[in-house]
Amino acid sequence: MSQIWLVPAFPLLGFILNAFFGKRFGTRFVTFIGPLAVGLAFAQSLVLFFQMLEIKGNVLNEHLYTWISSGNFEVGINFTVDQLSGLYLLVITGVGFLIHVYSVGYMKGESGYYRFFAYLNLFVFFMLLLVLGDSFLLMFVGWEGVGLCSYLLIGYYIEKDSAAEAAKKAFLFNRIGDFGVLSAVMLIFLAFGSIEFASVNAEAAARLEYGGPLVTAITLLLFLGATGKSAQIPLFVWLPDAMEGPTPVSALIHAATMVTAGLYMVARLSHLFVLAPFTMNVIAAVGAITALLAATIAVTQTDIKRVLAYSTVSQLGYMFLAMGVGAFGAGVFHVMTHAFFKALLFLGSGSVILAVHHEQDMRKMGALKNKLPITYITMLLGTLAISGIPFFSGFFSKDEILWKAFSSPFGSPWLWGVGFITAGLTAFYMFRMIYLTFHGESRVDSHTAEHVRESPFSMTLPLMILAVLAVISGFFGVPHVFHLLPNGMEVYFHNFFAKLPVEGHGSVSTEWLLMGLSVAFALIAWFIASRLYHSGFAVAAGLRRRWEWAYQLSLNKWYVDEIYNAVIIQPVRFLSTHLLWRLFDQNIIDRGVNTTAIVARAVGSTLRPLQNGLTQNYALIFILGTFLILWYVT
Amino acid sequence: MIPIEHILLLSALLFTIGVMGVMLRRNVIVIFMSIELMLNAVNLSFVTFARSMDSMTGVVFIFFIIVVAAAEAVVGLSIILSIYRTRKTLNIEEFNLLKW
Repeated sequence: MSQIWLVPAFPLLGFILNAFFGKRFGTRFVTFIGPLAVGLAFAQSLVLFFQMLEIKGNVLNEHLYTWISSGNFEVGINFTVDQLSGLYLLVITGVGFLIHVYSVGYMKGESGYYRFFAYLNLFVFFMLLLVLGDSFLLMFVGWEGVGLCSYLLIGYYIEKDSAAEAAKKAFLFNRIGDFGVLSAVMLIFLAFGSIEFASVNAEAAARLEYGGPLVTAITLLLFLGATGKSAQIPLFVWLPDAMEGPTPVSALIHAATMVTAGLYMVARLSHLFVLAPFTMNVIAAVGAITALLAATIAVTQTDIKRVLAYSTVSQLGYMFLAMGVGAFGAGVFHVMTHAFFKALLFLGSGSVILAVHHEQDMRKMGALKNKLPITYITMLLGTLAISGIPFFSGFFSKDEILWKAFSSPFGSPWLWGVGFITAGLTAFYMFRMIYLTFHGESRVDSHTAEHVRESPFSMTLPLMILAVLAVISGFFGVPHVFHLLPNGMEVYFHNFFAKLPVEGHGSVSTEWLLMGLSVAFALIAWFIASRLYHSGFAVAAGLRRRWEWAYQLSLNKWYVDEIYNAVIIQPVRFLSTHLLWRLFDQNIIDRGVNTTAIVARAVGSTLRPLQNGLTQNYALIFILGTFLILWYVT
Repeated sequence: MIPIEHILLLSALLFTIGVMGVMLRRNVIVIFMSIELMLNAVNLSFVTFARSMDSMTGVVFIFFIIVVAAAEAVVGLSIILSIYRTRKTLNIEEFNLLKW
């Protein structure tokens, strides 16, 4: 037996133990249980992964319990491990385990240590439920659950106002996306009479007309949900604010796992999405624009975590670009490599933040290279990976996406162009971050500078492991043109995703050319970043003066928050105050209730003298009543 | 044998006396006794009907009623006793706190 249920059961048990006994049994207990729960889940995931690879069809199913059974409609608690969820399992539990270990060092001495690990375990449980569920309903349980855990962990520092605001914002933005998912699920139920992924994927082509309005509506609504969870335009603004949470949370939830749930859904339903070319174009365009927009914002941010947050939004845009041009395999490949290097970068930034006493502003860092050697080297490796420097993991996955954006029938040179510019910007802002943090002169205030020292082993070990993964994981999907290895990703996902109606075009020489261009651009961006920022902000300041308007635009995040405030929040508030509250609530509902009360009181006061407390009076009324009844009866 | 109408008339008379007692007297003890009178008036008509219909059930029923009435008298008297202890009066017109 495959025992899939064990995988989510371990983190759930961990959550229960930490949440209910963690406070009583103390820090050592929590330190033991928290990482162990996820570690065991990882071990079981490995076993399942290889079992899944061996068996024919590459699918493991497990039926646990029939949840809803009504006529022909049946939803079970069924778990499925196939190529897609198998890969996600390994990433979630693997990276999750490393981040749990890291958290032991990072969260040391924080109040509510047990609460942190309880939430983290609960998150892993829901995330596993999300990818293991074989139907929309079970996936949606996980979907909402990770949203809840995200809310709880963003607002982890409960005494901070900004954290509470950020948590609320993330929750509300996700609600908008959830509306899309729920509506889409209802439409799917109407169209298919079933909400299991397997039957939806299998019957999609037969039941829905290619490019028809129904399939377009379903996929667009699903994509709305995906933009909420995976922080794309128009719902991306919550993710940078989510950096209010502790850094391991940013690494696990807001970089490596939860934000890729939207991509998981699109990849899972690839057979549905390819039927809606319009939606595919929307996804590709939204992905590309998000990638570019977020990258331009990241260029000027000074908070180290915000740089990484916008970088995450940008990279997620890349992945959606891949999905939108039908390169589902490439998108999932980038999910995996991104999980490694972005978790690494976030954990590295956490190590830096801890070293300089919870200072996140890069203007107060610099020259930490020698004091934090392990953090420096591992973060540099992560930066090389995300920038697409050849033979690091990001190079392979990003180039695959760029090539598909160019050559796929859904792709176009425009999409490639946007992705290309973004790639350059990515290299620029990442190296800017490296130079500002680790090179140049120290801007750390002197008191803190004396105490800067490398993080404990429990934090550097995950960094080193992730660095190795960030370097080598790209060889899992080497493009064909290298003739080096077979493209592992394509072999792995053989026949899993939907095929596009038309084959892609493009010659080998074009692929070499585009690859060369993007590598050259990344190297140039690296060079520019090193010129501008190798010694702090001084050189860049001159450039900034000349482009003040562009600088302000980028620094203020294209004023997206302000636009949302003016276009949506203020009108809604105005409507609520004047129409709903003052007019409807006060004048209609309150007045109605008050009138009822006034009438009741008037009637009561006229009848009140009857009850005068004199027993004999009551007896008299009683007897008169009896006579009345007798008279009526006879 | 006494005609059934006579006994029923007696019963009605006793009942009316009870009602008037409850209505007109002010002393709680007297009112209470009047209630007992009404009860026994009803008992009388009950047993009369039982005899005239030769029903053993009706007769047995009377005993139940008497037992319950005895219990009720205990409860009633103890309530009156405790009221008297707190209020130092048995005038029913003084007991008018329970109103709007």
